[in-house]
Amino acid sequence: MKAVGGFLRKHDLAGILVLAAILLVVLPLMLDLFRLNLVGKYLTYAFVAVGLVLCWGYGGVLSLGQGVFFGLGGYCMAMFLKLEASDPASTKIQSTPGIPDFMDWNQLTALPWFWQPFHSFTFTLLAMLLIPGLLAFVIGIAMFKRRVGGVYFAIITQVIAAILTILIIGQQGYTGGVNGMTDLKTLHGWDIRSDSARYLLYFLCCALLIGGVFLARYVLGSKLGKLLLAMRDKEERVRFSGYDVAEFKVFVFTLAAMFSAVGGALFTLQVGFMSPSFVGIVPSIEMVIFTAVGGRASILGAIYGSLLVNWAKTFFSESFPQLWLLFMGGLFIAVVMFFPNGLAGVLEQHRVRIGEWWRKCAGRLRPTPAVPLQRENHS
Amino acid sequence: MSSNFNKDRRTLSAGLIAFAVAAAIGTPSFAAAPATKTINTTGLKITDTEVYVGQLHSATGTMAISETGSIQAEQLAIEQINKAGGILGRQIRIIQEDGASDWPTFAEKARKLLVNDKVAAVFGCWTSASRKAVLPVFEKENGLLYYPTFYEGLEQSKNVFYTGQEATQQIIAGLDWIAKTKGAKSFYLVGSDYIWPRTSNKIARKHIENVLKGKVVGEEYYPLGHTQFGSLINKIKLKKPDVIYSIVVGGSNVAWWKQLKAAGLTAEKQTILTISVTEDEVLGIGGENMVGHYSAMKYFQSLDNPNNKAFVAAFKAKYGKDAVIGDVTQAAYLGPWLWKMAVEKAGSFDVDKVVAASPELEFKAAPEGYVKIHPNHHLWSKLRIGQWDKSGQAKVLYESGLIVPDPFPKGYQ
Repeated sequence: MKAVGGFLRKHDLAGILVLAAILLVVLPLMLDLFRLNLVGKYLTYAFVAVGLVLCWGYGGVLSLGQGVFFGLGGYCMAMFLKLEASDPASTKIQSTPGIPDFMDWNQLTALPWFWQPFHSFTFTLLAMLLIPGLLAFVIGIAMFKRRVGGVYFAIITQVIAAILTILIIGQQGYTGGVNGMTDLKTLHGWDIRSDSARYLLYFLCCALLIGGVFLARYVLGSKLGKLLLAMRDKEERVRFSGYDVAEFKVFVFTLAAMFSAVGGALFTLQVGFMSPSFVGIVPSIEMVIFTAVGGRASILGAIYGSLLVNWAKTFFSESFPQLWLLFMGGLFIAVVMFFPNGLAGVLEQHRVRIGEWWRKCAGRLRPTPAVPLQRENHS
Repeated sequence: MSSNFNKDRRTLSAGLIAFAVAAAIGTPSFAAAPATKTINTTGLKITDTEVYVGQLHSATGTMAISETGSIQAEQLAIEQINKAGGILGRQIRIIQEDGASDWPTFAEKARKLLVNDKVAAVFGCWTSASRKAVLPVFEKENGLLYYPTFYEGLEQSKNVFYTGQEATQQIIAGLDWIAKTKGAKSFYLVGSDYIWPRTSNKIARKHIENVLKGKVVGEEYYPLGHTQFGSLINKIKLKKPDVIYSIVVGGSNVAWWKQLKAAGLTAEKQTILTISVTEDEVLGIGGENMVGHYSAMKYFQSLDNPNNKAFVAAFKAKYGKDAVIGDVTQAAYLGPWLWKMAVEKAGSFDVDKVVAASPELEFKAAPEGYVKIHPNHHLWSKLRIGQWDKSGQAKVLYESGLIVPDPFPKGYQ
């Protein structure tokens, strides 16, 4: 098979086109704005899931703390929006007008220094990518250089998620505490709660996600991608071949963190607030589940997984407000028991079977090729 | 989608018969069901016989244990209203959504109820965090929320009615009482670490220092769910405050009160006043661990008045004889009734008209006795001091006069 665009195979490109068509055409035509906005929210989790495919599905690095990066990205965006929403005119009822409301409730009388730069949107965008990236980089260096991996790494990421949650909740004068940052209204005077803004943000989210899919594909299609796969399956062998395994792991973990951060920032924009409930252990594990349901070795699978699980969550909780958690639990158990490679794994199996059947039919008409087609092994 | 609450066929047919009779008599004074288009000009989900409302609490997750009482009380009130003929001739149908103890989910479901279902009013939320999460949604979509929990104040929205007490109503009269009856001068403030306990303690401290001329000898906060109070109890023993003022919330209460008792700080040795323990919490803590301690609330299940007797009897008939009713449960019960009165006064379900008709409405059949809606959307209410007994019930020792709600108290900020 000839590679398209250097790194994309034909069926990959077809898959991305189908996804783009579903997100950009089918869903906007089918759904009303409220449901579309929900899909937009689900898609922000898909960013995390794509990141997890890179670092877990390919790199073999299971992080149970992606909520940390999702939250940091989201909080950076929320800080900018909160400052804009806290102009002196709309906060004149406070003891100190012009600072965010939660600071006033916690007896702060001036904006803390680390909030100051968030008046700038450019800084916010940079911070949104670089702060989570840097944190992941530091964690990565500290862990992987010491060859901490596997379960121990997963536990440490959980601990970091727990620490950050406690920090945010404890420092409520600076962070809004358990309430989070609420009541975000405008971005440079543009009302993010209006209908037109919701449409625009949805399409922005889709565009960035598809861009992210291309980026991820590019990374996986490169030599680096092959090394990641090799590392996941036989780390020692890669190390003995003279590669510094730790560096690749740091890279892929940092990249996954930045994916999550973009998702978090888009979440804040579309939902209109950020709270510590996205940072902790439970949401971080949920994000791993999205990836697992979709298929951890498939970028597109992870996106569909995020959409499906979140849609199921919304649907069950609307239909069975008392029992929906049981249904969700059942769904996860069923997926893990019957489709260990996720939905993408099921599809892959059937593709092989369908392919065989097709070749068999075609074989009656034409002689079979002497050399069997080379298949890339995804699982 | 909807969880229609009124499944009692007889009730439904009784309502329909009442409606048919009203329609048959047909005189204007009896026409309980005015045309839908005149009472609903903003496209809410209202038919000629039904009006839809939303109910948005946590049915699952850590808050479910607290919010279940509110869910039950609101459903009881709506059932009673439906039995009495509904509102403007329409039976109330409930669309219940689960906030799942998760604030973003609350925001999502609030949008669903207002945008998709177009409900005429929503009864819901419990924690401040969930209210803060839905508030922008209600303001943007011009919805109507009846919020039942006592809370920190510092908020007032056109789209929300607060049927619990704001902080000054719950705090000041209680401190005055304990200072007067116990001669208390030194106070130790304890709380869970979030906005409500912190704001409440800020008000308490100002009142203790500026008005009561007393002294705050300590102020400590612990994360929600904290269970190790040993070091705090040791500090308290050293400082020997006249009163411990406790705003420990939720599950932490169980550990807190048990450890106090184990450390010998029983009611005979140490006066404790709390504003975060209702009958619901005592059920978890165990009455034997609370004996003799004081709570400041606007409502106790043991209130001795005819309204409350009828309410408690109806509640127990519906949810079992062991059901307990705490302050918030009673406040939640007020929501549907206050909404009914406002709609009937406005002659319309339109949110703007209901809001405009609400100030100064009096609800004389309230289990807590009597409440009136202030123009700032909070309620005039009384404060009671209850002393807990072994059975988990409180004996009401003191009752204040009606207190004006003041969500932005001057001199306490």
